[in-house]
Formats: sequence, C-alpha cells, structure tokens
Amino acid sequence: MSTPSPKEAPGRQGSAGLGRQDVAHLAHLARLALTDEELDHFAGQLSAVLDAVAQVGKADVADVPPTTHAVPLTNVARPDVVEPSLPRDVVLAEAPAAEDGRFRVPQILGDEE
Amino acid sequence: MSTATGARLVDFDDALTRYEPVIGLETHVELGTASKMFCGCATTFGAEPNTQTCPVCLGLPGSLPVANAAALEATIRIGLALGCRIATWSRFARKNYFYPDIPKGYQISQYDEPLCTAGHLDVEVDGETYRVEIERVHLEEDTGKNLHVGGSTGRIHGAEYSAVDFNRAGIPLVEIVTRPIPGAGAKAPEVARAYVTELREILLALGVSEVRMEQGNLRSDVNTSLAPIGSLEWGTRTETKNVNSLRAVERAVRHEIRRQAGVLDGGGRVLQETRHFHEDTGSTSPGRSKEEATDYRYFPEPDLVPVAPDAEWVEKLAAELPELPAARRARLQEEWGLSATEMAWIANAGAVDLVAGTVAAGASPADARKWWLGELARRANDAGVELAELPVTPRQVAELTALVAAGTVNDQLARQALDGVLAGEGDPARVVEARGLAVMGESDELVAAVEAAIAGAPDVVAKVQGGKVQALGALVGAVMKTTRGKADAATVKRMLEERVLGG
Ligand SMILES: [Zn+2]
Repeated sequence: MSTPSPKEAPGRQGSAGLGRQDVAHLAHLARLALTDEELDHFAGQLSAVLDAVAQVGKADVADVPPTTHAVPLTNVARPDVVEPSLPRDVVLAEAPAAEDGRFRVPQILGDEE
Repeated sequence: MSTATGARLVDFDDALTRYEPVIGLETHVELGTASKMFCGCATTFGAEPNTQTCPVCLGLPGSLPVANAAALEATIRIGLALGCRIATWSRFARKNYFYPDIPKGYQISQYDEPLCTAGHLDVEVDGETYRVEIERVHLEEDTGKNLHVGGSTGRIHGAEYSAVDFNRAGIPLVEIVTRPIPGAGAKAPEVARAYVTELREILLALGVSEVRMEQGNLRSDVNTSLAPIGSLEWGTRTETKNVNSLRAVERAVRHEIRRQAGVLDGGGRVLQETRHFHEDTGSTSPGRSKEEATDYRYFPEPDLVPVAPDAEWVEKLAAELPELPAARRARLQEEWGLSATEMAWIANAGAVDLVAGTVAAGASPADARKWWLGELARRANDAGVELAELPVTPRQVAELTALVAAGTVNDQLARQALDGVLAGEGDPARVVEARGLAVMGESDELVAAVEAAIAGAPDVVAKVQGGKVQALGALVGAVMKTTRGKADAATVKRMLEERVLGG
C-alpha cells in the first residue's frame, strides 16, 4: 500500500550537513546532470543554506501547532463552474517544440508510463 | 513485449496448494465535475489536445490553485459511502517528481492528512462475504497524457519522442486504497474483481463519476504477494498497473499468483516492482523497480489552505446519500421474490438496472429476469458486448413480455420480434406488425394446416388413436412447421385432439 509513514516526512531538524551522495540523489530526482566538481561545490553551498535555515530550530515552538500558513484560513473553495481556457496557439507559443497541438518532449527513458 | 521471462508459470490450482496470496488495490477515479480540481478549465473527454488548459493546470509561474468545492464534497461522499471516518482537518501536499505529463514538477495530492480514512466494503463471491478494509480515500489531480511517437507500437520503449496533451492534467482524481486483503485464497482474483465491481456500482449510485473504464475514468493498480501457506510473514508484493477493465483485474491477480509461484518454486526472490498488465496476453511485464525507492519529498502545499469539513456539513452529506447498491439489491431481491443466488446472477450479469427498469415498465420480475439473463444475455455474449450495450431498452423488453402474455406472440415469435428490435426496426409491437409475426388464430389457414397434417400421417393418427397420445407431438410439430412457427402450439394441440380423438 502507499501509506505514507510519518518518518518519511520532510523537514530536517537541527544542523543538516548534506553529503555528496545526498546531492547526487537530489540531482538525479531533479534530472540534473552534475559533474563531480559541481557535486562538491553544491554540497558545500547547500549545507550552508541548511545550516542557516536550521536557526529556526532554536525558536521555542512547544506551544505552536505545526502550520504552513500565516493566516488561519480553511475551506477556501470555488464553485464547480467552467471558465474559458487559453487559446491553444497561446498555450503552445512558449513550447520549445509542438506537434499536432501537443507539446513535443524528448524521449522519456528508463521510466514508466 | 516480454512475458514472464525466466520463471515458468505454475498452474493456478497447484500454486494455491502451497502459497497464500495477499492482494491490495489502489483505485483512481476521475470525478465527473464540470471543471478541473484547481482551475476552471472544462473536463470534456475527447476534446482537441490542449484546448482545456490555463496557467494553473499548465503550471505557469505565478498561477494559484483554488480547490473545486464539488470535488471536495464528492470525495467526502465517497468516504461516507465506504464507511470511512471523515477527517476534521485535512491538507493537500506536493508530491514531487519529474515527468513530462506533470507540468509543475509536482502533483498536488494528499499525504499524511487525507480526507477519509478507515472504511470498509463488503463484497460477495460465490455466496461468501469478504470484508475489504479501506485504508484511505484522498483527493489529487490527474496528469496529462503522453503520446509516444516512433518505434513500432506506440509504447514508451523504442519511442523517439513523446507528445503531451494537458487536457487531463488537473482533473480531480480520487484515490481509494485498500488495506492488504489476506485470506481469500483461490478466490483472490475474484475478490479483487468483485471489489472493483462493487466500488464502481457505488460510484455510479453516488453520481460522482461516469466510471467508464474504457475512458480511463476508473483505473486500478493491483498489488499481489505470495507467502508459503502457514508462514507468519507476507511475501514481497508487486504492483500491477494498467489494469483497466473488471476482467483485467481478475486476470492480473491470477497471472501474478502463477508467475510469483514459479519464481518462488525455483528458489528465486520476488522483486518489489511495478509491473504492467498486457490485455492481449493477460500477462504482466516488469516496469520500474521500487527497490530504488521513489523519493517524492512530500510537503504541505503552501498555495492551498487546509480543508476542515465541519460536522454539520458531513452529517448533511451522510443524510443525503442515495440508497447504496448492496441495500438496493437486498430490497429488490425481496420485492422480486428471488433467492440470494438468483439475485447474485442478475448482479454479476450487470443486469440489476435493466431488470429493474423492465419491471418498472410493467413486466413481471420473473419475465424480466428470464429475458435479460436468457435470450438477451446470449445475444450480448454472441456480439461480445455488455448487456447494457445491446440496442434494446427495458421498456421494449417489457413490451415484448406483454405481447407474449397477451398471446399475441409465442416465445419463438417473440425472439423473432427481438431480432427486429435489435436490428433497429422499432418497438416490438411495430416489428410484430411489420414482420407479420402475430400468432395465428383458429383461421381457415390453420384449420387447413391441421387437416393436412392429419391426412399426411395416417400411421401417427393410428398410434394416437391406439392410445399413444404423446405421438400427437409429431403432428403438432408438422403444423408448426407449415405455419413457420406462427401458430400457437396449445391451440394446435387442442385442434388436433378434437379431430383425431374426437374431443
Ligand atoms: Zn486550467
């Protein structure tokens, strides 16, 4: 089953030095081809960024529920009403390549449909 | 396309003597809302590619999603129909991965705070009830559609490039996930099919989706694992995708049981992987291995606020649920005076609505059932279509039964009238009229046919007069033949008796 387990949930606590392996993994997930030099370079940079963000962990949040919004809004929804879409020529105008009304993308390799 | 490479397929019954299957299903249902999940684009099926897109569903920078109220409501209603607990607090999350049919680089889905959890659905197979526990029901958005160009078969392997249509991207998609279902044994394939069938019926009753499997409105991923009988641990599961018909659900489980048994018998190890089902061969082939675990880096969707269904709203939705299929079947079974088995046959033939419609149009339940499960089921089978796809309506079937009951046609003539209805010649009464199918009364023509039969078979007449009354059947047959089935057999028999036996 695809039940998420809480331990997989993101959100690193405290100091989080990123190793080369971590960066390589993230680069793969983002489909970025990085050289060995770049991996070392970004590992250092990203670790610095994470350390800076980790400052937040020093705040005392014992009484603050986890939140993702500054405003206490819930249940914002719109009625199920159709609104005009964009004209297709506008949609495809920015595409690097298009064919028969579709976005043309490079070969998709080694993945599933 | 490769079928099970290496391992041999074990005979299904043989596999079940040594292994216990555990199945599980993840079913995606496209909701039938007019507009998409997070934008106002239309959801019309079959529209020209990329004509139903906008900055939101194309993932253009700066666009912001707003949830579709009808989709939220439909998801809660599905949860209620499955006996789920409805969350009082629920959030959307980003599921990050790169694929050309995901324009944003993430899919808006739900992660650890789904709308509905902990439900169940009871299904019946061969008179036995299996409880399928529902783990969760959550709401997400559908992806675009890739068209693979080049190569020989339109498949992704060997394709030179792909072409993407984003009309489907952003259509509300509900995912219904079962807990693992152990204990079904040899019935596992049928339990899987019965579950999807019953789920589909519920979704139809709720009116939340058209659930047309051939249009991809309902798609199931089927998990299967095998463990040696008596083992305390479950085996490694595979997840079979592309299982897009009820029959395919059953076949996919059956195939995986046979394949995995072959792997285990040979001392091998079942790989935890995604497999693809092939409709043409009924087999599965490996896709992406899950052992290089996908890392979706879920996090709460910052562009959407939480959904917090209040109790009053949920109670109102619960009170307004329609009669669900299982309750309806129980009621109709009672009303129609059928046994549970008889009702199950009707349900399994997908004929509940058809029989109900025919009864509502005036036919007796017995006649309605006889026609749909008999002659019409035969015709549908011959034509390779579902019963509901036959070009005949319940009202027309009711009219046919009325013509038989009134003696206007007999069963044989009624079948000929049905030929005409199915050929598009109009309603039964009209076909009977146009084709001249009405039963002959005691006309001069019939009297002549009866007398000719008697004159033509003096030996039979002698036998009957000698006491072998059943020999009369040959004479009835002769009359029916000369009248080409248009005479009423009972009338013919009586007329023959009057003349031969001097009634
Ligand atoms: Zn849109």
